[in-house]
Amino acid sequence: MSGAATIRTRRICWPGKVTPLVLGAGILIAWLLVAIFAPLLAPYDPIYQDAAVRLQPPTWAHPLGTDNFGRDILSRVIWAARIDLQIAVFGVVFPFVIGTVAGSISGFFGGWVDTVFMRLIDVVLAFPFLVLMLAIITIIGPGLGSFYIAMALVGWVSYARLIRAQFLVLKNSDFAMAAVSLGYSNTRVMFRHIMPNAILSSVVFSMSDAVLVLLNGAAISYLGLGVQPPVAEWGVMIAEGQGFITTAWWITTFPGIAIVTLAMGFSLLADGLGEAFGVRE
Amino acid sequence: MNRYRFVLYRPIQLIPVLVGISVITFVLVRSIPGDPARVLLGPRTTESALARVREQFGLDEPLWLQYFYFVKNLFKGELGKSILYKVDVLKLIATRIEPTLVLVIGSVLLALLIATPMAAIAARRRGSWADHLIRIISTAGLGFPAFWLAIMLILLFSVQLGWFPVTGYGRTFWDKVHHMTLPCLTTGLALAAVLTRNLRASMLAELQSDQATAARARGLPETFVFWRHVVPNSLVPTVNLLAVNIGWLISGSVVIETVFAIPGMGQLLVRGIFTRDYMVVQGVAMVFACATVLVNFLADILTVTIDPRVKL
Repeated sequence: MSGAATIRTRRICWPGKVTPLVLGAGILIAWLLVAIFAPLLAPYDPIYQDAAVRLQPPTWAHPLGTDNFGRDILSRVIWAARIDLQIAVFGVVFPFVIGTVAGSISGFFGGWVDTVFMRLIDVVLAFPFLVLMLAIITIIGPGLGSFYIAMALVGWVSYARLIRAQFLVLKNSDFAMAAVSLGYSNTRVMFRHIMPNAILSSVVFSMSDAVLVLLNGAAISYLGLGVQPPVAEWGVMIAEGQGFITTAWWITTFPGIAIVTLAMGFSLLADGLGEAFGVRE
Repeated sequence: MNRYRFVLYRPIQLIPVLVGISVITFVLVRSIPGDPARVLLGPRTTESALARVREQFGLDEPLWLQYFYFVKNLFKGELGKSILYKVDVLKLIATRIEPTLVLVIGSVLLALLIATPMAAIAARRRGSWADHLIRIISTAGLGFPAFWLAIMLILLFSVQLGWFPVTGYGRTFWDKVHHMTLPCLTTGLALAAVLTRNLRASMLAELQSDQATAARARGLPETFVFWRHVVPNSLVPTVNLLAVNIGWLISGSVVIETVFAIPGMGQLLVRGIFTRDYMVVQGVAMVFACATVLVNFLADILTVTIDPRVKL
């Protein structure tokens, strides 16, 4: 009786605990599908200008309204999912790879290598994130490519610090010592033995980092230094609509909601993964 | 180590970081393609001005010596002239500090005013619907793009209700307060999302602490224990959290100043980028970086001063 009751309670509790993970994954998959099937889902061409329907409020023909060029907002929001998902993915992948390599070298070898990396990280962190990114974009010029370069140059530090901290502990563990005493090369011990144990917290962090990267990418595009018009991107759309807020609220409102939902998806997934693997940020 | 000797010792640790900041800004500006003198002075300039800049920054010398000239000029407070405004960059920045400072401080105050009660409700009624609701709101808040939130607030408070002006900074004190309320609220709300989560966690920890139990054992009412004993202690980690987030706050202010057309340092930076006014970009980046370092330093001292438990 008591056994059955325990199982029952567990069954009721279990889905409740996993909800953030499932909900986050669900939102992300939904946006991914929207991005993949954009040509099928979008009712209009995202950059086609129709002067006859300028600044139309939401109607059956244009469910989210049209902008000042007569472009369909719904179609633009759908096509922009491709760009913004790409921003969130590549904006995380490059810093992740660079930071992981730098952090593992720094933590594994220690000594002056570690000192140099740590001082460099201190200096990069001294700059406000966006200010350093903007300074880099100033030099290489605006655009999505520049955003990725700036993101990689600035964002790697968080990953480097996470991995380094893990390496400092794990390199003295029994299994790492055993691998070293078997005469394996440093590279093999680092990447085949220590890395699989060290990477988990970075993976969880990368999900919440994706939120920041997405917001940064949209903000830089909003400022006019990232994705360039007429390409449909949520930050660009918000910037284009700002001049019309008194007359056409729909131009800025819907792209913003899109950003919030995608960011929510990543946050929930990060929370859920963190809970599932017992990683605290 | 003596707690207060730390105050003297800590600034020495800052020197490598400050040197690093100067190296990075130097490298950034020197990596712009083209003749550095022409890059710094812009397309419309005279031969004599070019010669003067070459001499002042040692642009014909080897790179390491150029860095030396750069540092020498820094110590003299000479960061060059703005191409667009035709004034010394440092003087230009000085006129732009006030709005940015008001925005940052105002945001922090509003964030504390919003986050403390929210965290208090969540921590005291742990597991209740209010706790869950606040947790959902603060999680969602982390994903709000500040520039979009700003426009939504303008839509509601300025366009619909007409309570606040849409953009600008104002002249008199109350005029400025009137203009800066929405910008501060925008950044404050974003910051409150971060603070609430952390405050809730530290309040929960403090509610279980020995001193809270001791206070309850003396028969003090729970509300008194909470506001007098728990809240002050749980605010200590917040000081450091705010310092850690200062870079993020400054980044936010750059965007928010652009949304509300506030004549601060962030707007100066963005305009500098568009007009290729490299001296201005370099100057603002450096001042922002030094400000970040300074705030973290002050937060360390403040933590040591207000919390005797902090060991160094």
